[in-house]
Amino acid sequence: MAPFISIKGVSKSYDKFLALDNVSLDIAAGEVVCIIGPSGSGKSTLVRCVNLLEQFGPGEISVGGVPVRAGKELAAVRADVGMVFQSFNLFPHLTVKRNVMLAPMRTRKLDEATASERALTLLKRVGIAEQADKYPGQLSGGQQQRVAIARALAMEPKALLFDEPTSALDPEMVGEVLDVMRGLAHTGVTMIVVTHEMGFARQVADRVIVMEGGRIIEAGTPTEVFDHPKQQRTQDFLKAVLAH
Amino acid sequence: MDIVKTFFNWSVFVDSLPLLLAGLWVTVQLGAASIIAGLILGLGVALLRLYGPTIVGLIAKIYIDIFRSIPILVLLILVYYALPFVGIRLSSFWAAWTALTLVSGAYTAEIFRAGIEAIPKGQFEASQALGLNYRYTMVDVVLPQAVRIVIPPLTNNCINVMKDTALASVVAMPDLLKQATQAQALAANPTPLIGAAVIYLALLWPMVVAVSQLEKRFKAGTR
Repeated sequence: MAPFISIKGVSKSYDKFLALDNVSLDIAAGEVVCIIGPSGSGKSTLVRCVNLLEQFGPGEISVGGVPVRAGKELAAVRADVGMVFQSFNLFPHLTVKRNVMLAPMRTRKLDEATASERALTLLKRVGIAEQADKYPGQLSGGQQQRVAIARALAMEPKALLFDEPTSALDPEMVGEVLDVMRGLAHTGVTMIVVTHEMGFARQVADRVIVMEGGRIIEAGTPTEVFDHPKQQRTQDFLKAVLAH
Repeated sequence: MDIVKTFFNWSVFVDSLPLLLAGLWVTVQLGAASIIAGLILGLGVALLRLYGPTIVGLIAKIYIDIFRSIPILVLLILVYYALPFVGIRLSSFWAAWTALTLVSGAYTAEIFRAGIEAIPKGQFEASQALGLNYRYTMVDVVLPQAVRIVIPPLTNNCINVMKDTALASVVAMPDLLKQATQAQALAANPTPLIGAAVIYLALLWPMVVAVSQLEKRFKAGTR
């Protein structure tokens, strides 16, 4: 079967710094892929290329067979690929419910009532229906991130990109967000998760990708990567993050 | 009681009041028309400056710099007395409106640009990631947030435009100041000038207070 997300020979450089170095990765529909690796290894850059928040080149990325590049088809690709950011990026001037309703009303042309109903269903699913009429600034970080997940889900995306979704959270709020993400895995939505949460990756991922220096240095099932890493650098990285 | 008779002469004031009020109406019309046109022009120029092709952005920047540098009075005189030589003959009202709008548009563009640039990059990225097009990103996400930031400086600019309408009296527009100087000449008494000054204050003081209030409120944080 053709991969749902296909990344072929993608490179990306900032000035002289090579952030991505000829990265290739195929992801099947419904697969949950966790990307781990030290800071500055290119993990975030890679997921941000998938919906073209970062320009890249040379290389090719396609989602559902549609090439990801500037042009008419880009909005459609983006509408099908949800994204959850480290810093939530909720719209502060809109209520929680309006945050979730906005994009479906604009890009999917849902009417107000349908969008509202869908928003409430999703907010219930992430456990914050009672906060629907509050503003993002009134919520905790964990609650805001759950709203951000609901906002991405409202577009009924075929794939979800998570860019370090728990890195900006206080430790006691990490669990509630990971629980929501755990609930999403294996619902048929393709997920790419950049994370430092090794426990989550081990438990939820179909495949774990290890990146370093802009390259994929190791890939495999959680057992392969965490219990029997082949690369010395993977072993070193895991030793460093699991030490504490 | 010579001072009262000279500067605060009640009967002179009452006689000149119809003239002053007629002048006030012209001033308000000119001010409002210039402010509205300046806002629209400024928003357009700001968007071109930020998102237009490089050359268009450069032109927008040059426009902004020129009209922030030129004294309004000089511009007004140019529009009113120089343009007729190339066949463009504007009435004093429209000459003043043109000058005020061009200058106000330049200042407003800078205010909008600063407001838009103050919106975090993450807001644009979240909008893009949701598949919102440029128009929706601006109308639904960026501008509503930018407007909150720019309301105090915009109000300030409105006050300036209102004040600068007085310059139009130089090209014989029958605004509040012009009417006051005429009434003063007619009555051989400066009371109408005092009256005009008081009317300007009554018009603008509340706006000045409003700006302070707005700044205080927005500083207190959003919600």
